Amino acid sequence: MLKVLFFGRLREAAGTGELALELPAGVADTDALRRWLPRDNLQLREELERLSVRVAVNEVLASPAHPLTGGETVAFMPLVSGG
Amino acid sequence: MIRVQAEPFDAAAELGRFTDALANSGAVVSFTGVVRARRDAGEVCTLELEHYPGFTAKVIAGIEAEARRRFPLEDCLVIHRFGELAPGEPIVFVATAAEHRRGAFEAADYLMDRLKTEAPFWKREQRPEGAAWIEPREADLRDRARWDEKVS
Repeated sequence: MLKVLFFGRLREAAGTGELALELPAGVADTDALRRWLPRDNLQLREELERLSVRVAVNEVLASPAHPLTGGETVAFMPLVSGG
Repeated sequence: MIRVQAEPFDAAAELGRFTDALANSGAVVSFTGVVRARRDAGEVCTLELEHYPGFTAKVIAGIEAEARRRFPLEDCLVIHRFGELAPGEPIVFVATAAEHRRGAFEAADYLMDRLKTEAPFWKREQRPEGAAWIEPREADLRDRARWDEKVS
């Protein structure tokens, strides 16, 4: 199972902080996942399209198109508002 | 040492314990960040801090390790809260100890600039008219850029 986490504005737009799903067909990396997740949520799509959104895979910051096999935890994080 | 916690902390008591444990430092600097009251006061508003359990502490530990590498510190301590906070409550605490003052001052300044721009926290203010996310400030990014290592 793939675990997807959303924080801040992204959590609000997604309506949840956490999703568990099988890797969807045709989704091979975090960039494709980012485009697949908001397929029926316009607000989430707008938030995920922001260039400032960062992606972590298994708690390590990842490149925008990090390969996925289906067992990872993928976190989508908006710009931090500071400590 | 770093701590990411929901529980309130007593900044004065933390500084006391930190100082008592030192052996060789001639300089101790501390910074306490406090939740601001709204300027147009009167109404109570709280601050919610969301974090990423595990990951947030990992990022802060990396910042602390870099501070220890850059500055001649005997010790340093970072405490950051998450969850719901009220105006007047301490939200972040940094203490640094070094043989001489310059290292301690600079390390505390460095730690705060990086925490403000890189620590994974998302803040939302609960206002009487509704909730609002707090965006990063340009001034914080400029402060952070002061520490970029020059590539020669």
